[in-house]
Amino acid sequence: MKINNVILQAVTKIAVFIILTLAVYLFLSGHNSPGGGFIGGLVLATAFVLLFIVFDIETVQKAIPFDFKRVAALGAFLAVGTGFGSLLFGEPFLSQSFGYFDLPIFGKTELATVTIFEAGVALVVVGVVVTIILSISEDV
Amino acid sequence: MLTVNIAIIIPFLAAIFIPFINKKYPNIHIGWFALFVPATLFVTLARYIPTIAGGKTYVYTINWIPSYGINFTTYLDGLSMIFALLITGIGSLVVIYSIYYLSSKESLSHFYVYLLLFMGAMLGVVFSDNIMVLYVFWELTSISSFLLIAFWYHRKKSRQGAKKSLLITISGGFGMLIGFIMLSGIADTLSIREIVLTIGDNTDHPLFLPAMLLILLGAFTKSAQFPFHIWLPDAMEAPTPVSAYLHSATMVKAGIYLVARFTPVFGGEQTWFWLVSGVGLLTLFWGSFNAIRQTDLKALLAYSTVSQLGMIMSMFGMGSAALHFGYSTESVVYTQATFAALFHLINHSTFKGALFMVVGIVDHEVGTRDLRRLGGLITIMPATFTIALIGSFSMAGLPPFNGFLSKEMFFTAALNISQLDIFALDTWGTLLPVIAWIGSVFTFVYSMIIVFQTFFGPYQKEKLDLPAHGASRGMLVSPIILAVFVVGIFFFPNLVGKYLINPAMTTIFPRLAVEGDLGQTITIWHGFQPELYMTIGVIAVGTFLYIFRNYWKGIYSLFPEKWTFNELYYFSLTQLEDGSAAVTKSYMTGFLRDYLLYIYLFFIVAIGGILFYTGAFSFDLTGDEPVTMFEWSIIIVMIIAGITILFAKSRLTAVLLNGVLGYSIAVLFVIFRAPDLALTQIIVETVTTVLFLVCYYYMPEWKKENKPTRTKRINLIISIAVGIVFVLVALSVQSGKLFESISGYFENAYELAGGKNIVNAILGDFRAFDTMLEVVVLLIAGIGVYTLIKLKAGKEDENIEDQ
Amino acid sequence: METLITILSGVLVSVATYLLLSRSLIRVVLGSAILSHAAHLLIMTMGGLKRGSAPILGEETESYTDALPQALILTSIVISFAVTALFLVLAFRTYRETGTDNLYALRGFKDE
Repeated sequence: MKINNVILQAVTKIAVFIILTLAVYLFLSGHNSPGGGFIGGLVLATAFVLLFIVFDIETVQKAIPFDFKRVAALGAFLAVGTGFGSLLFGEPFLSQSFGYFDLPIFGKTELATVTIFEAGVALVVVGVVVTIILSISEDV
Repeated sequence: MLTVNIAIIIPFLAAIFIPFINKKYPNIHIGWFALFVPATLFVTLARYIPTIAGGKTYVYTINWIPSYGINFTTYLDGLSMIFALLITGIGSLVVIYSIYYLSSKESLSHFYVYLLLFMGAMLGVVFSDNIMVLYVFWELTSISSFLLIAFWYHRKKSRQGAKKSLLITISGGFGMLIGFIMLSGIADTLSIREIVLTIGDNTDHPLFLPAMLLILLGAFTKSAQFPFHIWLPDAMEAPTPVSAYLHSATMVKAGIYLVARFTPVFGGEQTWFWLVSGVGLLTLFWGSFNAIRQTDLKALLAYSTVSQLGMIMSMFGMGSAALHFGYSTESVVYTQATFAALFHLINHSTFKGALFMVVGIVDHEVGTRDLRRLGGLITIMPATFTIALIGSFSMAGLPPFNGFLSKEMFFTAALNISQLDIFALDTWGTLLPVIAWIGSVFTFVYSMIIVFQTFFGPYQKEKLDLPAHGASRGMLVSPIILAVFVVGIFFFPNLVGKYLINPAMTTIFPRLAVEGDLGQTITIWHGFQPELYMTIGVIAVGTFLYIFRNYWKGIYSLFPEKWTFNELYYFSLTQLEDGSAAVTKSYMTGFLRDYLLYIYLFFIVAIGGILFYTGAFSFDLTGDEPVTMFEWSIIIVMIIAGITILFAKSRLTAVLLNGVLGYSIAVLFVIFRAPDLALTQIIVETVTTVLFLVCYYYMPEWKKENKPTRTKRINLIISIAVGIVFVLVALSVQSGKLFESISGYFENAYELAGGKNIVNAILGDFRAFDTMLEVVVLLIAGIGVYTLIKLKAGKEDENIEDQ
Repeated sequence: METLITILSGVLVSVATYLLLSRSLIRVVLGSAILSHAAHLLIMTMGGLKRGSAPILGEETESYTDALPQALILTSIVISFAVTALFLVLAFRTYRETGTDNLYALRGFKDE
């Protein structure tokens, strides 16, 4: 299915970057303001879905050579893995911890293990949503 | 001690890596890698024998679900030490044996994954202090046993045997779980150590007896006690290394472990005494009696295992009588039964393991295990014969093998206990040594059958599938080691007694052990005592019965096939299947609407009816927030959109209307101060709409429903009724507050979780477990979608199953 | 406001029920999607509406709205998306394999 909609494609090329930036922002800011793993992941997924709709699947897959099933699996592994991580420190399953560090450029920054967990969540969301849409549209 | 927790986890970890290693080094038998695990664990654990013998115990806790008191607590003491050494020791030998037994054409990585899975689970059973964790590992052993029995799953008999063992052991295990829950309710703790400490005050609790019975049910099914023994002979369809390991040395002893572990809890009660020793003796008799009629060597060994397990069980039952008294020099005499039980437990694992391996060798080299076709193998496989002789004579209770010692102690214990005057023993007590003796006579007979019928007599070459030849050296290694133990323990029994059994006795009789020494000295020769005469009698009568066995075998025809428990099992299984199929068919019409009707009618009648009947409807609308014009308009739009969906002419309209609903809800979320929700809802609604549109490309056009007006009317009435009940219930719930809201706790998110976004802190930290599971659900849905699309139904698979 | 939203979700429940009871597979899928909308609104209402500010700490405010229902709904939204996707794919695969989306025809009883 080749579609040739120049205006749409041109707009999409720029829009995707805006969406991706928004996704990263939402993901990182989730700790203290609206956002988080789910939303970040969903926004990221919509960026990919937009690409797949505007360009055809082959072109996009050449540019983004991820296997999204693997992305989802990796995410689930991260999310479950952080749970076991806390066991190693003698804490109950899935205990999160956080701390404040002085980093060279960012100044006083909060680093929390929950970010890893959220990253897992985001990856699963991206992987699953894109996999669902892709496998449906590939099935002709 | 963390080592023990790690010891449980290592086999599981190794099981994960086995398939990868197998793939990487396909030329090396994967068993050699698997061997590392039990061998290392054995050495590691063995290093703690001296300290354990010195009376030390090790406890280590890893918090798992502390809020429910479920912790991964391990406890290394004398009792768990014996079992752990058996599991890892016999495990190593079995792995060596299996390397030569299984050819590399079999799916070896499966085999070793299951075997390691079992090993880890079994170690978990004997080391766990928390009864819930113990239960989990307990069922894991059943599952791995199921997988191993069905290893040759293309055989119908293997599958049947596997199913049978699973059904019986799992249902027993389920009973045990209920017993555990009752017990934890009585003692208010999940830790076995604490239960032992506190149970003394609660023995007249109404749940005490049911808990005991249910836990015994679990133990009896697992240890194949009468009448649950029927699964064990069928489990012999497993490869012989598995039979030697799971179904004689370790897994079937889990039930015995449980009885031993809970003796300090329930011991001293009359019901416990009679149930454990009675069922044990009955099993001893029935197993040995039935073993003689078997023609398959492995089935014979299976029945002999049943009977030996019964013997050990009965000794634990007898020993529990000692707890009825306080500490005195007399009561120590009665603990001797328990000592003998532990001793025989070790002995049985050695000689029965060796015998199973011998049978495996015979089967492997000759191609049959049928006693009617075997004979005269002594000249062809002399080494195998020697091991079989040692094993069988030990099982028969002859010197100079370890079985002699424990059988003598068994007789002594039975004689001592029968002298007691508690638990109505003065009337029934004489039965104990009598049944014990009869069982031993039969044991003697079938032990002789194993040796003489296989290795002596005429060699029937034409009846054998393979030309007989000696066993390969590798296969002989493990049984020879076991045979050395059989003889070695006879000459140095007190080494075992001092380092292994005495510490375990302290575990079983904690209160008696505090006040005095429970140690026993095992003597090979203790003069012309009644027990010696009993042994001589066993040999005399046994030899007589063996020689003239063809004359009295007719006795077995008195027990027709129709009346066996096996038939009962199959009968109830088919009845259960047919019955549930009939019931299910009556209401499972296969039509979705019917199912939904059941649910909705139940909802309307049960929920609405009960609330109406009890007068629980109450409305208090005063606390409502005012509604602005803007909100009114959104809500009206939503109501219109919702109702219009029902009348939509095309599916595109319907999907877009659904989108209207979704986006309106997002707007409502904004009004309700839920920015996270609004964001998520907008994006999800977008993706869902895309999804609907993509899918509808492949779907038929939305046709007007042509169904009878009556059905339509019923549907309409039900939908409206459901909506009304829903609204009424929701309003009643809102007007009555039963307790304080718990949400205040989460407002400390910044201090507790370091995040200012409370919703996110709940998702990622407070309730991270839910989120983790949700992510897993999402992943499963994704996999589901993918497989639904990618895996198309191919042609019917070839029926390779029923061979 | 609470009463109004409850009534709104009641209407949505009725609509969803009617769709679920129909014979066409697509209507059933749509019905389940609408049912989850109604459930979200109900959970939201249970925590009280419009009381206090958004549950982001650090704002100048006296009280926050109840964050717990919001967390529940956030989970539910994502799950209901996954479920809808699965249903949809199930529906269209069924249609392609069997050639019908009529649930009555799909009962699959051969011996009746």
